[in-house]
Amino acid sequence: MSRDQKLSPEEIVDSFKKEFAKKVTDTKVERHPIGPKKNEMIHIWMTVDRSSYRDVVKHLMTLDEEAHFAVSSGYDIENRIEIINHFSIYFGERGEEISINFKVALPKSDPTMDSICDLIPGALISEQEKQEMLGIKVNNIPKDMRVFISDDFPEDMYPWRKDEMNADKMGRNLHEHDKIPAAKIPEKEDDE
Amino acid sequence: MSAETTEKSTYKIPIGPIHPALKEPVMFEFEVDGERIVDADVYLGHVHRTIEWTGMRRNPVQVLYLAERICGICSYCHPMSFALAVERIAGIKVPERAEYLRVVQAELERICSHTLWAGVAAHEIGFDSVLFLTWQVREKGLDLTEYLTGNRITKAITQIGGVRRDITKDMVPKIEETLSFLKDNFGKLKKIFLDDKTFKMRSQGTGILTKKDALELCAVGPTARASGVKKDVRVDQPYFAFGELDFDYVTPDVLTGEVNGDVYDRIIVRLLEVKQSIDLIEQCVDVLSGMPEGDIVAEPKIAKLLNQLKKVDGDGIGRMEAPRGEVIHYVKMDGHEHPYSWKVRAPTYNNILPWIPMLRGEQIADIPIVAASTDPCMSCTNRVGIVHNGKRKMFTGEQLHELSVEKTRRLMQ
Repeated sequence: MSRDQKLSPEEIVDSFKKEFAKKVTDTKVERHPIGPKKNEMIHIWMTVDRSSYRDVVKHLMTLDEEAHFAVSSGYDIENRIEIINHFSIYFGERGEEISINFKVALPKSDPTMDSICDLIPGALISEQEKQEMLGIKVNNIPKDMRVFISDDFPEDMYPWRKDEMNADKMGRNLHEHDKIPAAKIPEKEDDE
Repeated sequence: MSAETTEKSTYKIPIGPIHPALKEPVMFEFEVDGERIVDADVYLGHVHRTIEWTGMRRNPVQVLYLAERICGICSYCHPMSFALAVERIAGIKVPERAEYLRVVQAELERICSHTLWAGVAAHEIGFDSVLFLTWQVREKGLDLTEYLTGNRITKAITQIGGVRRDITKDMVPKIEETLSFLKDNFGKLKKIFLDDKTFKMRSQGTGILTKKDALELCAVGPTARASGVKKDVRVDQPYFAFGELDFDYVTPDVLTGEVNGDVYDRIIVRLLEVKQSIDLIEQCVDVLSGMPEGDIVAEPKIAKLLNQLKKVDGDGIGRMEAPRGEVIHYVKMDGHEHPYSWKVRAPTYNNILPWIPMLRGEQIADIPIVAASTDPCMSCTNRVGIVHNGKRKMFTGEQLHELSVEKTRRLMQ
């Protein structure tokens, strides 16, 4: 399948359901009327089992080989962390683009998911960000290091978390914290 | 650099991190062989301001003003993308008049941003007279922004469900006067940027991003379009009144008949988009002039709006084509006063990784213009350190700029 045979939003959802059966749940097609002529803006949402996430992205790329990965968002709720991966397909023609959002739930006891960087190299920064902001572990990430948070920020503290692992203390009382454990700072020579 | 010989043929140059007052902090580490860049790596977040964290502790109307401060140049796109996401969740219908007013503001912001960028690009290659000429043109755009919104930069024009200020009939002559000034000067700028020998020498064949790399690395905006990727949220998934307006993707082949994906192509795309934005504002002003006066916001009473938003539960995305490319905001509301989750993705986030293939094989002196060609915050060249035999030598932004100017002079000889 390629861009010459574009599927309707409902067909897209069906193709995922057919391919992944119970691994894809809570599918929803939103049609938002936009602008004076009420053109439809289409957003598809679905929850994907983490074991199938990589295959789901592969399948998406069979629907449109140029599928665009925008970013991943995420939050923790109760005993799980939910990562929402925002994609869009069929761009390049007026009004044809469809946004697709895959939600992946990870248990807090084992918050791991697979990297998609081998499929879409541009996903790297987003995966690094989810690791440091939410405390998940992305398997096979090509560059396993922090990207936005500095290396001197304490480990086991994740700014987007809402549970006891959050970083609120850091935000409120910076002056009270010795936030730079010496061992974590790489030694650097002084500037000349 | 030291003339001392070394066994190692390559060494690393860190570029950045940058001045904390600036908005897009980034650090690159370049592996160079003499003057030529062999490889590059990227480090971000030297001044992460926890805007998202803060936003999750504000109500949606307060978040608009916080989002406006994410970026000084895209101070309309961010709050508006947040508003679009919240409108999707709450099912708020925006009045027709406001849809056109939203386009006017978005395109005016694009004109100001692209002309600002054009000036910076000229400066980076040592062509400062063009910097002043371009920013003189931009100044008119900012004057119009101030006239329409009350402010030059942080416009505070966004409201969930509409906009905060109307364009009345008596304001139209001032808009027309500014647009006519911009059109008159557009020809002059186009001639300088696209025909001038200096620009061509420094930009053609420099900083090439192939279409394949642009797609794989998820590049957005003019950076992607200059590599031949037809991707523009305004056309792909029209929001506001863009579905009603006459315009199309701007790719370099529109002008030259070919796509090279170099700095020159990125200049073409941005310049043509300035012209496109002028046309779009004209189209909107025509429609607005012929439209009866009416509501510009779905719910003018803020307390009532907030009360409505307090009860909504669900998640939504808001996407816009900012001057630099796709902006996407994800918002989750859970029946409380504050958003449960808010994720902001600015276009530079996606346009950082494409720098690596663009810079590979180029010279150190090309870093400023190649980096500038994606229109990031140029603050990252504020400070550069050369690591040589384990010792560091610091280059200031000015010294790096001097290297770039020297290269232009060398090519002119």
